[in-house]
Amino acid sequence: MATPIEQRGYAHPDALVSTDWVEQHVTDPGVRLIESNEDTLLYASGHVPGAVHVDWTSDLNDQLRRDYITRAGFEALMSKIGATKDTTVVFYGDKNNWWACYAFWVFQLFGHTKAKVMDGGRVKWLKEERATSRDTPSYPKTSYTSGERNDAPVRAFRDEVLAHLEKKGQLVDVRSPEEYAGTRMHMPDYPNEGALRGGHVPGAKSIPWAKAINPDDGTFKSAEELKKLYQEDNKLSPANATIAYCRIGERSSHTWFALKYLLGFTNVRNYDGSWTEWGNSVGLPIEK
Amino acid sequence: MLDKLQQTIDMFQMFDPADRTSMLLSYADQFKEVPPSIATRPFSKSHQVPQCESDAYVWAQKLPDGTLKFYFAVENPSGVSAKALAAILDKTLSGLPASEIATVNCGIVEDIFRQNISMGKGMGLMAMVNAVQALAKAAIATPFRSN
Repeated sequence: MATPIEQRGYAHPDALVSTDWVEQHVTDPGVRLIESNEDTLLYASGHVPGAVHVDWTSDLNDQLRRDYITRAGFEALMSKIGATKDTTVVFYGDKNNWWACYAFWVFQLFGHTKAKVMDGGRVKWLKEERATSRDTPSYPKTSYTSGERNDAPVRAFRDEVLAHLEKKGQLVDVRSPEEYAGTRMHMPDYPNEGALRGGHVPGAKSIPWAKAINPDDGTFKSAEELKKLYQEDNKLSPANATIAYCRIGERSSHTWFALKYLLGFTNVRNYDGSWTEWGNSVGLPIEK
Repeated sequence: MLDKLQQTIDMFQMFDPADRTSMLLSYADQFKEVPPSIATRPFSKSHQVPQCESDAYVWAQKLPDGTLKFYFAVENPSGVSAKALAAILDKTLSGLPASEIATVNCGIVEDIFRQNISMGKGMGLMAMVNAVQALAKAAIATPFRSN
């Protein structure tokens, strides 16, 4: 019998699990729950029992250059959290899973495909009044080995975006309509992180990330609803190469996940340089 | 002067990141919501802290001796940082004269939270401090009246 998530018609339903599923697997030795948040206090204030904390800044980003951790850094992280190549990692977090999807995406740079996202994230778990813990779990350290980081399949760089737009490729701007229009250079209530110009990458379609979720519980909309949003209303084709971007790549990770795993877009990449790079770069065109 | 606040900041600056996180959580656990005698839901928007995604509210009660007592509400259940800061502001500023509280600077947020300031929180936390300062300045301009 199909699970409620399978009944939603997604292309790859295995990438998404319910809070029920997670509750049934909190002690499963083959599963490692990973909480990734924007707010660094939240994990310590209470998390899904057994979940480890992976912080996007200190654990996933290189500390001296704007880039992600190296193969050695990823191996060290996975070994520290007691994961092996056979471990299924399940991400969840605050902000409707922005950072969970971001961490999921970074893990794909290293080819750890046994990965899932908990639908609805941290807020849904708490709303359902499921158990939380302040205990930091400890797992036996492993010796995880990874291949070299392979950015090409899922990550887009500035010059690739430029070439893509010149070929009139599919671009999705997932920021707020105000950021897209250039009337605002940051999210409401967020600091301006230094973009010199407001606007969007020429040709990009404005599809704010939040349109992909049900606002009541943060769960993803059904495949039918997502197809209407991306494919019918905005004329994106799943067969065409697509690049998503936002401000630093966290909100666009959420859209990247929806396009790739829920709708089955075959070639979709996340431009993590996003507007903080594009809006500042010399010689790059923008539209308002 | 703002001695208690400065002592608290000094204490936070001695901590390593793990201890700072624990102490912030300890303050958040001590957070007490505004009592019904001061305000009830729906709270007046005039007391809402602007730019705060934790949906924080702040009230100041002027006492006969010219000191202020602060009260807070944090409506977002994920507003752990806002609750921690509210508890710190209440414990260190309530009981002081409005003239002293009016000198508080939103830079204390950086001093207290350090690496625990997330992108979406910093602006709101500083706005909480600014709201407290604004209430103190308003209290200076308003003579005490007993009800």
